[in-house]
This record gives sequence, C-alpha cells and structure tokens, in this order.
Amino acid sequence: MAWLVVRLAISLSLLYTASAVFEDQVGKFDWREQFVGKVRFALFDTHSQASKKLLVATDKNVFASLNSRTGDLFWRHVDKTGPEGHIDALLMYGQDAVVVVGNGRLLRSWETTVGGLKWEAVLDTGSFQAAALIGVQDFVKYVAVLKKSAISLHDLSSGSQIWVENLPDSDTVQYQTIYSGGNGLVFVLGFVPSSHIVIVEYKIEDGEIMKKKSVEAAWMSSLENSCAVISSGNLLCVDQITQSLYILPLQSAEHTEMRQIHLQTLDLEVASGFQPVLTSTQPNPAQPPLAEFFLQLSPDHHILLQLKDDLIAPLRDFNPSYLAAFATSGEKTVAAVMTPKNETACSINLFSADTGRRHLDTTIIYHMDPNGGKPNRLYVHAFLKKDDSVGYRVMVQTEDLTLTFLQQPGRVVWMREEALADVVTMEMVDLPLTGTQAELEGEFGKKAGKVQHGLLPMVLKRLSSQFILLQAWMAHLWKLFYDARKPRSSVKNEVTIDTLSRDEFNLQKMMVMVTASGKLFGIDSKSGTVLWKQYLEDIQPNSIFKLIVQRTTAHFPHPPQCTLLIKNKDTGLGRLYVFNPIFGKKSHISVPALPRPVLQTLLLPVIDQDYAKVLLLIDDQYKVTAFPSTKNVLQQLQDTASSIFFYLVDSSQGKLSGFRLRMDLSTELIWEVVIPTEVQKIVAVKGKRANEHVHSQGRVMGDRSVLYKYLNPNLLAVITESTDIHQERSFVGIFLIDGVTGRIVHEAVQRKAKGPVHFVHSENWLVYVYWNSKFRRNEFSVLELFEGAELYNSTVFSSLDRPHPPQVLQQSYIFPAPISTLEATLTEKGITSRHLLVGLPSGNILSLPKMFLDPRRPELISEQSREENLIPYAPEMPIRTEWFINYNQTVSRVRGIYTAPSGLESTCLVVVYGLDIYQTRVFPSKQFDVLKDDYDYVLISSVLFGLFFATMISKRLAEVKLLNRAWR
Amino acid sequence: MATKRVLSLILSVLSTITLLWTQFGECNNGRRLGDAVDTDFSGFSVPLEHSFEIDDFPRFRLRGALQFRGGRENGVYLAQNQLSEKDRNTMKDVAAVDGLYRIRVPRVSLQVDRQTERQSEGYITAFVRACSLVESHLSDVITLHTDVSGNVIGISIVTIPGSCRGIEVEDEVDLEVFNTTISVVAPVTAPVPETAPYIERMEQEMEKKGKNPQEQKSFFAKYWYLILGGAVFLMATSSAQTPPGGAREQS
Repeated sequence: MAWLVVRLAISLSLLYTASAVFEDQVGKFDWREQFVGKVRFALFDTHSQASKKLLVATDKNVFASLNSRTGDLFWRHVDKTGPEGHIDALLMYGQDAVVVVGNGRLLRSWETTVGGLKWEAVLDTGSFQAAALIGVQDFVKYVAVLKKSAISLHDLSSGSQIWVENLPDSDTVQYQTIYSGGNGLVFVLGFVPSSHIVIVEYKIEDGEIMKKKSVEAAWMSSLENSCAVISSGNLLCVDQITQSLYILPLQSAEHTEMRQIHLQTLDLEVASGFQPVLTSTQPNPAQPPLAEFFLQLSPDHHILLQLKDDLIAPLRDFNPSYLAAFATSGEKTVAAVMTPKNETACSINLFSADTGRRHLDTTIIYHMDPNGGKPNRLYVHAFLKKDDSVGYRVMVQTEDLTLTFLQQPGRVVWMREEALADVVTMEMVDLPLTGTQAELEGEFGKKAGKVQHGLLPMVLKRLSSQFILLQAWMAHLWKLFYDARKPRSSVKNEVTIDTLSRDEFNLQKMMVMVTASGKLFGIDSKSGTVLWKQYLEDIQPNSIFKLIVQRTTAHFPHPPQCTLLIKNKDTGLGRLYVFNPIFGKKSHISVPALPRPVLQTLLLPVIDQDYAKVLLLIDDQYKVTAFPSTKNVLQQLQDTASSIFFYLVDSSQGKLSGFRLRMDLSTELIWEVVIPTEVQKIVAVKGKRANEHVHSQGRVMGDRSVLYKYLNPNLLAVITESTDIHQERSFVGIFLIDGVTGRIVHEAVQRKAKGPVHFVHSENWLVYVYWNSKFRRNEFSVLELFEGAELYNSTVFSSLDRPHPPQVLQQSYIFPAPISTLEATLTEKGITSRHLLVGLPSGNILSLPKMFLDPRRPELISEQSREENLIPYAPEMPIRTEWFINYNQTVSRVRGIYTAPSGLESTCLVVVYGLDIYQTRVFPSKQFDVLKDDYDYVLISSVLFGLFFATMISKRLAEVKLLNRAWR
Repeated sequence: MATKRVLSLILSVLSTITLLWTQFGECNNGRRLGDAVDTDFSGFSVPLEHSFEIDDFPRFRLRGALQFRGGRENGVYLAQNQLSEKDRNTMKDVAAVDGLYRIRVPRVSLQVDRQTERQSEGYITAFVRACSLVESHLSDVITLHTDVSGNVIGISIVTIPGSCRGIEVEDEVDLEVFNTTISVVAPVTAPVPETAPYIERMEQEMEKKGKNPQEQKSFFAKYWYLILGGAVFLMATSSAQTPPGGAREQS
C-alpha cells in the first residue's frame, strides 16, 4: 500500500510538472539558427553544372556543405573541439572530399551529396605539413600526406595506405610542400632556413627515392607563402629583401642554383614591410599547373604574371586591388579581381587567365557594410553558360566573419553571419513603445524636478494624445481590412527596425549579442532576424567583454543605453563602448578614458537625472571612476558612499577582499579572506542576478508553520577546486561569503570530487554539479539556506545587521549525463516555480524542475511531507525526454543559456547559444495565465449568448406566467 | 626570586580558570595583556588586533591573544584586556560618526605539525560597525574559519544585537570589558547521494510485496479503478437526470 502511495505521489508530481511541445506548436515560438564558424577552406563543387554544393571547413572544427543558392546547410559535421578535431586540409575531387583532421591524425573521405563517411584512415604520428591529390595519366588516384618526417600515399577510393617513406634528414630540413604534375613523380620540397632548398623526388608506384638534390637559397625564410610551383614543374619563389623572383626547374639535373630575376626588371616593387604572396593554380591535380600566377606586392596591389619561354612577363597590373582568385570551369581558367570602386563599394571583374583580358559584362558590385569589416577572402565559383562564355558567382568573407554570396550584377543571394557561432555574452532589452503609446506616456515622463504645467494645457495634451490614439486605431483597422483582401502568404509581417514595438505581453524583445570577433548584433527574439549589426574594429582576439544595460526602454523619451566594457585579458586595459541597444547606434555620450587596468565593475541602482544607472569602474589602484559622472551623480555618490561596498577576487593569490567607497571616490579595504592557493584555487565566484524577484519569503511546512528563507542579496558563491588531483584526495570547496562584510556564511567541502563545476546561485539556494571521481559519475548537489522559524528583521535586509548564521540544508543526487552549462528560469514576479535549464553535450536542453532538487525531500514519507508536496528522496535524478525544451532542435556545443522574464508571469524567455542559437519560451508552472491556443472562443461565446437570451426569454415567460396566475 | 614564584603561582591559577572557561567556548577579559601571552600551553597563540579611529585610517593595536589548543577539537579561547578610558572615549566617538571597528589576525595554520613552517605573511581582516558594538555593550561573536587543512582563511565578527538604533550608552562600565564568544569553524563535508538507504528501502518494499501476494490485497486496493469508474459513471448519469427534476421544482 505504501509503495502504491509512493508511486502515486511520484506520478502525480510528474503529472504536475510534465510539459512538452505539441507537434503543431513546433516553430511557433521557437527558432534555431545553425552556424559553422570562420571559414578556413571553401570549395565549390564544380563536378557538375547543376551542383549547388559549397563545402566549407572552419576554425570551429566544423565540416559542412552549404546550399549555394540559399545559404542553408545541407549537412554539417561537428568534430571535437580543440586541436584534436582541427581540420588541417580540405581537398575535393569529383564527389569525394578528403579531409585531414587533428594535426594529421586522421584522413577521412566524405561523400559530398549526403555527407556520409566513405572511409577513414588513421595516420602515423607526426605533425602535419601538407596534403595533395596525386594524379597519374589524367586520373586522380591517390592522396599524399606530408608529415614532419614522413610522407605517405593513400588510395583515394579505399583509403588504404600504398606506401609510407621517411624523409631524409628530417631533423634539419623543414619539409613543407608536395607537388605532383601527373607524370608519375611526387616532389617533396623542404628547406634549411637561410641555407638551401631540398627537393626529393619519389616514384608514385613504390615510394622509391628517384633523386634528391639541394639548391642554394640563402635568402629563404619560408616555403609555404612565398613559393609556388607553376607551369610544368618550375619552382618560383619571391623574396622581399632582395626584391627578386627566383626560378628553378624541379626536374632538370644541371641547375644547381636558382635563377634570380630582379623585380626591377619588371618595373615592380614590393611594399616595405609586406611579405609578398604568390598564388598559382592547378585546375587538375593530374596535370601541371598553369603558367600564370598572381603576385601580391602590397595589401592592395596584385599583378598577374606569366612564365613563357623561361621569361616572366606581366599580363595585367591590378593597382589598386584588394583580392584576387583563380577559378576554373571546364577548360577555361579565369581570375576574379576585387578592386575598390568608391568609399563604400568594390567591383569584382573577371579576367581570362591566359591573356589577362577582361571579360565583358562580368562586373559584380559589392557594397561594403559601413558597420562591417573589410573583405579578406574571395571564393569564386565559375561556370560555363549556354553560349560557352564563363559566368561566375563569388563568396566574399569579411573580417567580421560575414559570408556574402553575390551574383551578377551585384545581387546578394544570401548572407551568413558566422560571427554568431561564437557568442560571448548577451542581454535582452525590452522593445520601445509605439509612437502612440509613447505619446501617452510622454504626459507622465518628465524630467525629475521640472515645474508642473497648468491644468488647461494638461487637459489639452491629454485630449490630443487620445485623439492620436484614436487615429492610430483607425489606421490599424484600415490596415486589417486592407490586408484581409490580400492572399495570406503576402501579408507576412516583415520585422524591420522601424516597425519594432513592444507587444502586449512583452514577449518580443531585442537580443543584444556580443561575439568574440567584436561584432555586436541586435536580433529580434521572435523571429531571429538580425536587425542591426556593428563591427568594432581593433578588438584584440583575447578580449573579455562585459555588457551592461544602463538604461532600459522604460524611460521615454530617453533612449535605452547599453555599455560594453572591452578589456584586454593580458594588460587589463579596457575601454567603454556606449550604444543604443534597439538601433545599434553608437551613443555620443562622452566616455571616461580608462588609463589603468579595470579590476571590477559595479552597476549601482543610483540613477542620474537622465535615468541612467551609474556604473562604477574600479582600477588597479582601487580608485573608482563613475560613468556617467555628472555633478548630480557625484553628489548622490557622496551621500551614499558609506553604503557602497564592492569585492575583488584575486584567484592567483586566493584572495577575496572587500572595499568601501569613500566620499572622494577613493576606497578603503575593510575585509580580507585568503584561501591558500597551495590547497585549493578559486575557479568561480558568482553573486545573484540583480533583476531576480522572490515572491515568497518563506515556505509553509506541513504543520502550518513557516520556514523563512535566508534571502541575502549580497551573498557570493565561491567555488574552489583542490590542487591535489589524486582521485581520493581531490575535493571541491563551496564557500558562501557575504559580499559586504566578508563573513563566511557557509563553508562546505565535497570530497572525492572534481571540476568542472557548473552552478546556479539564486534566491536562497545554490545548485552545483561536479564529477564524483570515486564513482565516476556526475552529481548534483543543492544547498538551501533558511533563517529558521522566525525572521530577524522582516522589513529590510542588511548584511551589517544579521548576526545569526542561517540554517543550511544540503542534499545530493546522481545525474546520469554529463553537463555543458546550467541556468535557472526567471520570471517577472517570481511566483512561478523555478526550473533548472541544463545544457547537455548531446545538444538537448533539459528543463529540470527545482522541486527535484530540494534538500527537504524526505527519506520516508510522512503525512507532513505529503502535505508539503515533497517528493520522496531518490538518489538518481530522472531525465525525461519530454523535458527537453528543444525537442529535436539540438544546439551544438552549448556554451551558455540566457533567461529573461517576460510580461507574463508564467513565461520565461530562453536563449541558448553555442555553435547554434536557439530561442524559445518555457512555462515552468504551465501557462496558468494564458488561454490555450485551441481555446474554443466560439463555443464559450455561443454558450454565453445562449444563456443570456435564455434568461431574457425565461424572464419574459415568467412575467407572463405570474401575470396569468395573478389574473386567476 | 620570591616575586618570580608568586608570579608563576598566579599564572597557574589563571590557567586553570581559563581552562574552565574553555568548556563553554567562551572567554573573558579582565586580565592584563602580559598575563595571557606568555602563559604556557601545549598549543600556541596568535595576536588578535583591533582598530577604531576617528579618521577611519586603520591603526591596529593589540586586543588580546587567541589561544589555540592542539589536538583534535580545535579549542580556542581568547585572552583579552580591558578597554582603557581613552579607548572607550575613542570608541564612543567613532560610533557617533558611524565609523568601523576592525579586527585582524595573521594568516596561520592551526595544525600543530605545520607550526614550524608557519607562514605569517599577511592578515585576514573583518569589520563591524562601531555603533553596533557600542550599543551591544561590547558583546561580539568572533568566528574563525579554516579550510580543510587547517589554515585560517577568514574571520568574522558580529555583535548581538547587530543593529544601530542610536541608543546612548551612558554607563562607562558597559564599555570596559568585551563579552566575546569565539569559535573555530571547519568546513562541513557535503553529503553524497545516499544510495545505500534507498536500496535498502526498496528491498524492504519488495519483500513486503513478496510476502503479500496479489490475493491478500484488500478489495479496494485491487478494484479501486473499477469502483472509481463506476462512481464517475453514476455521477454522470445522475447529473444528466437532474435538469428535469430542477425544472419541475421551479414551476
């Protein structure tokens, strides 16, 4: 019987929390965008004319196929992160794509139409240098992989290794390039810096060394960029210091040194400090490369040259030109060159490679985004038109990782914002009110301390605003009527920056995303449309970003204001970038210069006369800079200085210290806690979210008494990991420290535990996940803090006046899956029950009710625990597939989850970012304040009307009857 | 020679008194500074310093000595001296301007075997508002926190009550002696998932189930769904019949 009750209780509790998306709700309020990252290799499938495939390999270790007509993904393979999954080379021949992965660890061949793996070969160890397709008698049969000390040849159709040979003198010679002209020989080129070039000739059949020679080249510093093989085996190198080209036929025996051709004889000169680049093209791996090649002399100067009868002759000089690339279609090879047209546009033209003559009517105009970066890569897709002329499309990659696909005469076919594959931080900002709403609001939105208007102007203003409202409503009705006549498909509401306005329940917000490349995005949360983007130039690659919302949209007519703190990781020097989060425009507010490294930032609830919250920046001399720093703000800061505290964490010394602000904006040290670094090191410190509301002060127990929560807004959770990593002695330390007084409120040690620790700190609880090294499993632990049956001071919380330590309850559970990230849902008023959002490496987002993580879950159920709705303790945490909020829309490499409250208490907006971005809404306590989608309005209104008329009629009948009875 | 003997006698008496006090984990004052510091214990002592200044610039002076007793339970007690007349006045003045009362101890390890390599670079500090210390008549609770290997990592001071209501403390005697509760807190070991009791409980349930075969179940337990279904059915049919009855009543 008891067992039955337990089961009933569990199933009832599950019934209460179970929530999943119905099939017809898919995509209704969620969307997903998939990204690939910064493109390192891109190849167009030129196998057939109708092919739409574009293969890309990126720095995020992603190998994908894009539809070149729409920019959508055909398929995508996400490999391991880090050097293990690094894609070293991408080669394509026919339907096969050969990829070298993990510094020459694996050689894989993919079928490009469906993205299936054809074969995989494990290579010998050794750092990867180069890979090339090798053809024999006009037919590509092999792929050669050059390692630091060995070369191996593999069959292209099966992946089996044909032969592997050690390279001679590999400890002194740096081998860097392979070349084969389809004549049964493979050349391996290496060099000894500032000494000579080594050329080793292998026979394709058995790997026998046919010839080995070394050629003097004292000027040589690198083979890879400055050398290229052109026209039937001529090695061509360029050197900046001697300002000359060097040429050497690879096969001839009599040449023992390279022929020098001074660039002056060609009337050319390399720009000072620029490493010249040679670009050649080999359209078919089974045939020697073309005799034409590009020489880049400065960042915006290319020249097309030709080797003919041992002489180098310029075909065409492109000055200025940003980018140049070769492309082949059938027998024709063309060169596309991007030249600047004016300030905002570039033109791309096609030239025939063998003559340098311009093809007519091949101009593509590329408009540069004024808020974007410069173009830095050009990929050309050439194809033969019906009349046998060459047509082409280009893909331009810019510094800010935008891929733009263009066709003639400059139409943008598609665009991908690959910077979004690396989102660092984000915020959600409410959309502004519409003009009419704002007009009404404007009546009340006055600057503080302004003189009140008279009665009559107020009435007039109200009347006029009501009239405008009426006008807007009429316009809206008219639009509805007008749209109703149009076919449904064309009505589709396009979201543009001008039509943005807040909806009734504030469900649509602006997502401000900061990416690692320094590009900012404003994305509409409802549709995922990028509404604005802004590329910040000169961002160091190791910068840390912190995004702060200083003024929300609530203060009309002041525009909302966001501040981005960009900090260099090494020097700590920072700068501020202030912008309007709705339109993405840079604000003209003067920003304080930050000459010293910034240690900490603090957003105060203090507002200036323009309703912007004050941001305090603390530098390494513990001096405070206020932004904005108007007189008003400084006055307010002086008044409240004694109650402004902040903390600093120095994890290298294990030191946590607290400071108090002084009147003159200097600070004083008031507390110090030192956690010795020999034993453990601080890995994370987290406070609570400032916009979090807690609705209930306590929990009602089974016996109707109240257990009050310990709601300290200044509490910090400090997580440490032991320096001793032995599985028996390693531990994770959990410290709860008051950020104002430095008092250690609770200190716990999770023994035999290891990181990485993920944790959420909210309300009166802390949930953390760790790896149990003894049992080899992930475990969840929850800590809850209670003041007890009585509150010390129920009106106000002060860290300075809370002498009694809280009661701490803790319980742990087994979690049967690894975890990538952890976050908690957040709602407007905090009435809705909380859920934890767990990002799993599988790409699913699990919405786990906090109810399961309750340290008061009893071992044995009693009457009281049942009254409280506590689930009996079970050591294992369940994972139910219906709890996955993103059903089959998995998010690769989840890095973070952002939650924001909406205007509806039941609804929490969730954005998951990683390689992909996924946005949805969750309803932790179901939609208790919303009518269902399939709510039967017709039935309820007909019932209502029916009842109304029934009462009317029966009333009438009753009156008649009464009258009749009275007459009787 | 005689004076020395007398002094040692006093010291031994004092040490017994302090030993008695340790049982309550509390200690008191009333002694001069010199007495406590060189008292011989098996453990060791570290100075507890405090600072309260009008200009709020910390100048730490000796408040007392923390005596740690080696051994398993980290016994600690505090020997501290009285506040002088001058100190009392300063304290009151600091309280009047809402200044801070700070304490600090050097970073030490409480493990006796580590005493040889005792690293004393740096201090750990804490503070309390001077007014709350004055208003609580110098009753404070000092807690020392240690990490797993016994290093002191943090100190905290609170007064009971902790509020500042602006009550004037007239009586000079109230500010003479500290009424201090001192304790050392080591980290607690966080619980791990309790699988053993759960499995035990499950086994018990299974056993119970095994003992009671299906036949021995009560009638209601076996057929509750039929009964519930029947009841629902009955209710549904009866409610369908009511409207005519209700209509008759009305007429």
